[in-house]
Amino acid sequence: MTTAAPQTSAGRWPAPLGTLAGTGGLVRLILRRDRVILPLWVLVLAVLPIYTAVGIDQLYATPESLRELYGTIVATPGLLALLGPAFDATLGALTTWRAGLVFTVVALASLLTVIRHTRADEEAGRRELLGATVVGRNAPLAAVLLVVFAADLVLGALLAAGMIGVGLPATGSVALGLAVAAAGWMFAAVGAVVAQLTDGAGAARGLGLGTLGLAYLLRAAGDTAGSDSRLGSLSWLSPIGWAQQTRPYAGERWWVFGLAAGFVVVLTAAAVALLARRDVGAGVLPARLGPAEAAPSLRSPLALAWRLHRGMLAGWTAGLAVMGAVIGSVADSVNDLAGESAQLRDLLERIGGEKALSDAYISGTMVIFALAAAGYAIQATLRLRAEEEGLRAEPVLATAVGRLQWATSHLVFGLLGPAVALAAAGLAEGLVYGLVGGDVGRELPRVLAGALVQLPAVLVLAGIAMALFGLLPRLAAVSWAALATFAFLALFGPLLRLSHWVLDLAPFTHIPRLPGGAVTATPLVWLLVVTAALVAAGLAGFRRRDLVSSA
Amino acid sequence: MSTAISISGLVKTFGPTRALDGLDLEVRTGEVHGFLGPNGAGKTTTLRILLGLLRSDAGRAELLGGDPWRDAVALHRRLAYVPGDVTLWPSLSGGEVIDLLGRLRGGLDPKRRVELLERFDLDPRKKARSYSKGNRQKVALIAALASDVELLLLDEPTAGLDPLMEAAFREVVADERHSGRTVLLSSHILAEVEALCDRVSIIRAGRIVESGTLAELRHLTRTSIQAELASPPDGLAALPGVHDLQVDGTRVRLQVDTAQLDEVLRHLSAAGVRGLVSQPPTLEELFLRHYQAEPAGVAR
Repeated sequence: MTTAAPQTSAGRWPAPLGTLAGTGGLVRLILRRDRVILPLWVLVLAVLPIYTAVGIDQLYATPESLRELYGTIVATPGLLALLGPAFDATLGALTTWRAGLVFTVVALASLLTVIRHTRADEEAGRRELLGATVVGRNAPLAAVLLVVFAADLVLGALLAAGMIGVGLPATGSVALGLAVAAAGWMFAAVGAVVAQLTDGAGAARGLGLGTLGLAYLLRAAGDTAGSDSRLGSLSWLSPIGWAQQTRPYAGERWWVFGLAAGFVVVLTAAAVALLARRDVGAGVLPARLGPAEAAPSLRSPLALAWRLHRGMLAGWTAGLAVMGAVIGSVADSVNDLAGESAQLRDLLERIGGEKALSDAYISGTMVIFALAAAGYAIQATLRLRAEEEGLRAEPVLATAVGRLQWATSHLVFGLLGPAVALAAAGLAEGLVYGLVGGDVGRELPRVLAGALVQLPAVLVLAGIAMALFGLLPRLAAVSWAALATFAFLALFGPLLRLSHWVLDLAPFTHIPRLPGGAVTATPLVWLLVVTAALVAAGLAGFRRRDLVSSA
Repeated sequence: MSTAISISGLVKTFGPTRALDGLDLEVRTGEVHGFLGPNGAGKTTTLRILLGLLRSDAGRAELLGGDPWRDAVALHRRLAYVPGDVTLWPSLSGGEVIDLLGRLRGGLDPKRRVELLERFDLDPRKKARSYSKGNRQKVALIAALASDVELLLLDEPTAGLDPLMEAAFREVVADERHSGRTVLLSSHILAEVEALCDRVSIIRAGRIVESGTLAELRHLTRTSIQAELASPPDGLAALPGVHDLQVDGTRVRLQVDTAQLDEVLRHLSAAGVRGLVSQPPTLEELFLRHYQAEPAGVAR
């Protein structure tokens, strides 16, 4: 730990800065602790959109092809929901659209960084160590906000410079850079507020991610509905929506930045006010007492695992169900959009009848659920590793609980949890889609099947996580890299015309497209066999190996 | 069965580090056995092997007549373990953790649980997140002590406890001995081991370097004394148990075996004591004196 830095540097600050004393030292401490991760996300997020611009420029070289792309985007609600609105048929505007996730990711990184250096430090007791030195009450919050605000600005500046560098208009580039920075600023401020509310960092992250998720969903719902409809105003309830509504390269609306600035000022002030009203270590929300005795049911590793997993299960299930409902609500309108193009309609009717376009839309978006559920599968399975690393596996394994019994108690959630979440997504999507189209009885089972058929691919990721946990515990986090690779192959592989050899590596490639497509059992059975082999290898490895507590 | 734990030639390596280097240890049934050693000497590694959490590379370990790796689950019904670094699930209350661990072990004596909660002054309703290190330690201790088991494995159990709770802990362990349980108590606090243990094994760099009853090891415990006297002392050098004597006019520095302390003090007070500083030796000093080749290094 590097707590020595602020102590010495705080001592070198002669002027009494009141509640901000020691901020400079803390800034250096944060930069020291995050010296790898901070430059990494700033650089990656700045470079990605620039690459996107270059890529789009190569693939769509003529104004006509850009217009065609633009037409496809605005006619495809799934794309609008996933990435955001497209405002113009120019390279800049389409790059901004394509890089739409950057707004959310910057917001996420800023949010988590703020919580990491505020509430998480307090929970770990590091804040206390600092509080005893010449560090003012507001200094830790001020320091991390300074760092994150500056990082977001640097990111925006790099992005703007890069965009100008590849030949895009300067005004739009500056607007895009500012918009990305604004998204980061706003959620840094959200992080500052939620960090004051609870006494646990996990709960603070949950609140922050929930806020971000809500902002994303509001934007997604509003953007698919289109700016003309009444639902379109939903985007304006979302800070992520504001960042995109600044419309870089499409008649920039500078006044929207005023909204963002106001949001940041109000939330930061609220955070400072909350901070002044609470003790170090405590939250504004009161810490609740638990039961003095355990419920009679809390008597097995599985019961413990249920206690540890139930929040995660509820969160993922609810999140996927809401996503399903959003996609289900817009799926029917895809048909109407195709109505404008007689050719397209003709083609689709010949392939699969009137519903073909909606079906294609629904089956095409299923991969989003599959990827999300796979993330959940990894997270739940790697809870094993978290328990082991956090020394919480040890007291359980020192009782009359066998290795296999303990490992399977968590693995159950890695395997069944994603199934529950996928089912919830399918049910919600099928129900809403059926209600909109007026035929729940027909659509619900079809959509549900489309969601559940993803499960074998999802479980492969749980299997990979389990195998790594059992055989190479120190490398368990590589599971996430596997998911990232598979996601890249599933989403961009076909666009990049990668060979089938490569595409076949991703389990998601082998899932039949439902509703509408044909089901063949063979690939599904193979995926299940692979999963079973990975899980068995992981369990066997874990039975034989030492407990590895620290990295 | 007269031995609860019997280990011979135990070896465990972590990469290039040899954590255990041919360790031999014997704990008899019904005794409180002190397992003394500095940090990093291999105490926790030994306990983890005894719990089947780690697999030894060589050597033999037997625990309650079984193999700690192969028979882990069956053996764990008959023992309780308190880790040195207690981490708990933040969202569970202390009471829930105590009950859970007790039940996983095969049962908890509810009367004893109430008694221990009172004795250690622990609020079981608080979430583990808000417990201090000492309180987390208490949770693990109560869960272990309230279980009906034959053997207790305690890894530096008082590291986070305040003196009052340390005293409570000593009382409880004394009770355990009377009720016939075997205790293996790892510690680096010599006074604690002296107060509680029948026999002691001292581990250094992965080997047992000394093992025996406290009386047998008594020669290890010396008190160092600095005194400012009214007149120069006489006859100190001739007393048994006095080591490293330095006399500088009326100033005296010496080390004395604890058994001879009384006699030395009588000699000093005969010369008139103006000032007195007495220090029990730290474990580290003991190690240094006992194992360093150069005795001069100790007198420093």
